[in-house]
Amino acid sequence: MIKEGSKTLLEVKNLHAAVEGVEILKGVDLTVRAGEVHAIMGINGSGKSTFSKVLAGHPDYTVTGGTATFEGKDLFSLEPEERARAGLFLAFQYPVEIPGVSNSALLRLAYNTLQNERGLEELDPLEFEDLLEEKIKVVEMDPRFLSRSVNEGFSGGEKKRNEILQMAVLEPKLAILDETDSGLDIDALRIVASGVNQLLTPDNAVIMVTHYQRLLNYIVPDYVHVMSGGRIVKTGGKELALELEARGYDWLKAAA
Amino acid sequence: MSTALQNLVNQPYKHGFVTDIESEVVPKGLSEDVIRLISAKKHEPEWLLEFRLNAYRHWLTMEEPAWANVSYPKIDFQDIIYFAQPKPKKKLESMDEVDPELRRTFEKLGVPLHEQKLMSGVAVDVIFDSVSVTTTYKAKLAEVGIIFCSFSEAVHDHPELVKQYLGSVVPSGDNFYAALNSAVFTDGSFCFIPKGVKCPMDLSTYFRINTEGSGQFERTLIVAEEGASVCYLEGCTAPQFDTNQLHAAVVELVALDNADIKYSTVQNWYAGDENGKGGIYNFVTKRGLCKGVNSKISWTQVETGSAITWKYPSCVLLGDNSSGEFYSVALTNHLQQADTGTKMIHLGKNTRSKIISKGISAGRSSNSYRGQVKVGSRATGARNYSQCDSMLIGDRCEASTFPTIDVQNTTAQGEHEASTSKIGEDQRFFFAQRGIDSEEAISMIINGFCKDVFVHLPMEFAVEATKLLGLKLEGSVG
Repeated sequence: MIKEGSKTLLEVKNLHAAVEGVEILKGVDLTVRAGEVHAIMGINGSGKSTFSKVLAGHPDYTVTGGTATFEGKDLFSLEPEERARAGLFLAFQYPVEIPGVSNSALLRLAYNTLQNERGLEELDPLEFEDLLEEKIKVVEMDPRFLSRSVNEGFSGGEKKRNEILQMAVLEPKLAILDETDSGLDIDALRIVASGVNQLLTPDNAVIMVTHYQRLLNYIVPDYVHVMSGGRIVKTGGKELALELEARGYDWLKAAA
Repeated sequence: MSTALQNLVNQPYKHGFVTDIESEVVPKGLSEDVIRLISAKKHEPEWLLEFRLNAYRHWLTMEEPAWANVSYPKIDFQDIIYFAQPKPKKKLESMDEVDPELRRTFEKLGVPLHEQKLMSGVAVDVIFDSVSVTTTYKAKLAEVGIIFCSFSEAVHDHPELVKQYLGSVVPSGDNFYAALNSAVFTDGSFCFIPKGVKCPMDLSTYFRINTEGSGQFERTLIVAEEGASVCYLEGCTAPQFDTNQLHAAVVELVALDNADIKYSTVQNWYAGDENGKGGIYNFVTKRGLCKGVNSKISWTQVETGSAITWKYPSCVLLGDNSSGEFYSVALTNHLQQADTGTKMIHLGKNTRSKIISKGISAGRSSNSYRGQVKVGSRATGARNYSQCDSMLIGDRCEASTFPTIDVQNTTAQGEHEASTSKIGEDQRFFFAQRGIDSEEAISMIINGFCKDVFVHLPMEFAVEATKLLGLKLEGSVG
C-alpha cells in the first residue's frame, strides 16, 4: 500500500552491471518505499534476474556504474552477508540443495546470526522450535520438512515454499522474489502468494520478479515495471500487467 | 575461486609441541641385532622373538608397494630409530606417579587421563612413543573378565592369548609395512572380551609420537569371544617436526560367534606445513576377522592428519551371516596425500557389508578412495552397499575413486554409488544471502556432507571430529 511520507528502503540510480564482461544492466532506476509491492516484468534476458542478483551481491556480477542505497547506506559497499543482515532478502529462482544440513539447523543459524546483529538474545533449539511451529503455518508446510536436508529431494513447489519459510523466519525489510512463481502449480502458487501476503506490513516491501501476470492476481502490486534491454522502460499500476498479458512485450520493445 | 575459499587451511597445528623427557633410544637402523635388542629390552619370550625375526626375514624379500596414488621420496629404513622409550623412574601404580611433564603433555592434548574424566566412563591406554604409560580402569574391567592392557603386558601376563591370535588376521608377511611392523613393533594395546561380556564402557587409547626421527610401530589386538561386544576408540597426534616420521601400525580384530566390535579412530597426526614440509607417513594395516557366525565388525575413521595416509581398514567376513561396516571421512589440505578405503572380503553365506566413504580435498591435496569388495564362491546371498562421495574445496585439489568389485557367486548383490561435488559459489552465495559467514557456511556444508559417518562416532569423538574439520579448513575457504 502506498502511503505518503513512508520511508525509502531502496533507491537505485542509473545502475549498470556486467557479467563476464558483458553489460546486462544499462541504467536501472528504481525507488522502493516501505509498505510497497513492486513487480518487475519482462522477457527472458531483459535483465530482471541480474538486477535481483546484483542487489543481493552475487559474486559473478560486477557493478560498472550507478548507485544503490538501502535505508540510506551504500549497498555496494556491503558484503552479501552484510546486506542480508541489514534486511535484504532474496528468494532464489533456483534454490540450492544442501545435503546433510537440516532445514531447521540452517534456519536457526540464520535467525541467530540476525539476532546477534540486532543485539538480541539467541534462541536455543527448543525455543526456536516454538517459533518455527508458528512460522511454518505461513506456508502450510508439513513440519517434517524441517528435519529434512535443505531442499534435498524437494519438489519445485516445496523448494519455493521453503524460500518463503526462510523469509518468514528472517522477517526482512525488503524481499526480492526472483521468479518465485515459476514452476508452481496453481495450489502451490496460492500458498506461496498467501504466505507473502501474510508477511507484508507497512514497514517492509517486496519486489517480485516475474514473467507472468497470474502471480499478480494473488499478490497485488502497487507498481509494475517493465524491463527491456537492461533498463526499466515503462512503469505503471497493476493494470499494466493486464495490458502486458493481453498485448505481449513487443510493443514496448519498439517503444524502448 | 574467491580468496575466502583459498584461505581456509592455514590453521597452525595445535599439537605441535615436544615433551622434554629423556628418551632411551636404540641406535638408528634395522638389523637382526636391533630386533634382538628390542625383544630383549622388552623381556620377550623366545616365540615372539622368532615371530619378529621371521617377519624381518620376510620383509627383506619384499618390495615397498608403489600402487597407491601418493608420491614421496624413498624412505631410508636404516635412518629410522626403531625403539624409543621414555626412561621410566619406577613402576607406575597410579596417575599421581606419572611424570608431571608427561601429564602436562596429555593435558595439552586433552587426553582424558585425570580422574574426573575417567568418571565419564572412558578407560584410556596411553601410548607415548612406544611404551604404554598407564592403563586406567583396568581393575574395574577385570571384574567382568575383560583384559585391557598394553601389548607388552599382555605378552607377559597372557602369553597364550597373544600367541593364539597375534598374526591370525594380518599375517607377518601380509604386506611390506605389516611385515616391518611385525619385526619391530614396540608396544600397543591388547583387549580381550570374554564370552558373553558386553564391555560396560568405551575403551580408548591415545597414540602420540614424540621423539624426532622415531617410527611408531604399534600393534593392537582386540579379541571378542562368543557373544561379546566392545566399542574401541583410538586417537592419534604427533608433535611438529620438519622431518617426516613413519608410522606403520598393525591392528587386528577378531570377532567370534555373535560378537560385535566397533572400532573408531580420529587421526590427527601432524600433516606437515602448508608447503608440505614434515609430517607423518601413516602406512597402517587394519583388518578385522568376522570369524564366527553373526559376528559384526564396524570401522569408523576420521582422517584429518598425516602428510601421507595409506590405510584400508578391512573386514574378512568368514562366519555365515557376519557383517562388516566401514564409515570414513578423509580430509586433506595443503599438500597432504591420502589413499584410503577398505576391503570387504565375503567368504561366508549371507554376509553383508556397507561402505560409506566421504573424501574432502582442499588446498593442493590429493584424496583417493580405494576399495575392494570381493565375494567368494561360497558366499551365497552376500550383499554389499558402497557409497563414495568426494567434495572439492577450491580448484587446485584432486579427488579420485578406485573401486574394485570382484564377485564369484551369482547370488551376490552389490550396489555402488559415487558422487563428486564442489562447494559451489551458488551454495556459498545462498548462505551469505541468509546472513551466514563464509567459514560458518563451509563448516555447515562439510558437517552435512559427513553426517552419515559422524552419526556412527561415539558422542565424544563426534564433537571432536566436527571441531577438527572446522580447524583444519580454517582460512582455506574465503
